[in-house]
Amino acid sequence: MTRKRRRLIVVLAGMALLSGAVALVLSALDENLSYFYQPSELSAAPRGRAIRLGGLVEEGSLERQADGVTVTFRITDLAESVPVVYQGLLPDLFREGQSVITQGTLGPDGTFVAREVLAKHDETYMPREVVDALKKAGQWRGGQEGGGKGTQ
Amino acid sequence: MHRFANPGRFLRLANTLLPWCAGLAAVSIALGLYLALFVAPPDYQQGESVRIMYVHVPAAWMALFVYTAVAAASAVALIWRHPLADLVAKASSPVGASFTFLALVTGSLWGKPMWGTWWVWDARLTSMLVLFFLYLGHMAIMNAFEDPARGFRAAAVLALVGFVNVPIIHFSVEWWSTLHQPSSVLRLGGPAIHASMLWPLLVMMLGFKLYYVSLLLVRVKAELLAARLRARAYAALDAS
Repeated sequence: MTRKRRRLIVVLAGMALLSGAVALVLSALDENLSYFYQPSELSAAPRGRAIRLGGLVEEGSLERQADGVTVTFRITDLAESVPVVYQGLLPDLFREGQSVITQGTLGPDGTFVAREVLAKHDETYMPREVVDALKKAGQWRGGQEGGGKGTQ
Repeated sequence: MHRFANPGRFLRLANTLLPWCAGLAAVSIALGLYLALFVAPPDYQQGESVRIMYVHVPAAWMALFVYTAVAAASAVALIWRHPLADLVAKASSPVGASFTFLALVTGSLWGKPMWGTWWVWDARLTSMLVLFFLYLGHMAIMNAFEDPARGFRAAAVLALVGFVNVPIIHFSVEWWSTLHQPSSVLRLGGPAIHASMLWPLLVMMLGFKLYYVSLLLVRVKAELLAARLRARAYAALDAS
């Protein structure tokens, strides 16, 4: 075995061992590496501590309360949905059907009290006219849950 | 491969390629910026802020591409001991660090109006910040030894160890729930980006890549010429 060959094997073996170790660490940390819980994962979330809840704002669930600063809506992952109450400014992209991530605590009555609301943007990039044309032709399937599939 | 590892041959090749690469880089970045800022339509949700994407995405791609080049050059340097491979790694990492910084800054500027925050510690943003620190560490460790050969060796090992971060960055948006959106271009089912926005992005991508190649040629050339000057100075010292 030449020295070059030996060095090649050492480097390859080192990379393989390192990748294996990192894969094990990442799979062990899996829970903690996700930035937010989805509504159907919420039963596994710690109670009484600040957590993040993400999903789609359910269609027809957004209500502005009479005091003008409180909004209530439901966050859904299309399997389960959670009622959310929030006081404060909403980001520009916030609307029904939009993905959002909220930070707050889950109350004893199952209502999520949000302190912060972030809008999540999806991977669809389209000019407005194209979206309008697709909608007119009945071909638009929304950029959110379908991940923009079929929008070409 | 071995043929181009000869410094003399590399210098001749670099001198031929450099004007073409630099010229094409300037043309495609100028054309790409014009298409991105004036021709491409505003997005149906993001409005004009989408134009940040034309710099952010190519910069982020280059951050990963350049790190892959550094890791590949480091492997070649460690296994086959090509002096040119060490120089390629040394010349690349400041360029890669700059692309990473550009991606982080433009992403932050986009995040504030779109997400409502400058920064979050999600898997994509955090792994990208780790990449930036890996570049800084690579540059620092390379110059940390009095004997340059030892610096090259240590930096090459760091570059290879850090390479595990590259697939983590790429797949972070698929493996974990992140605030950052998944990839729009490299995805199953074709790009989720309209052709009128994809073309300016690809032109910018080409420009950034040629810009990197041009900088790499200039920087490796400079290192080789500096080494020649040092050798000549030593020879003169010996003669006297």
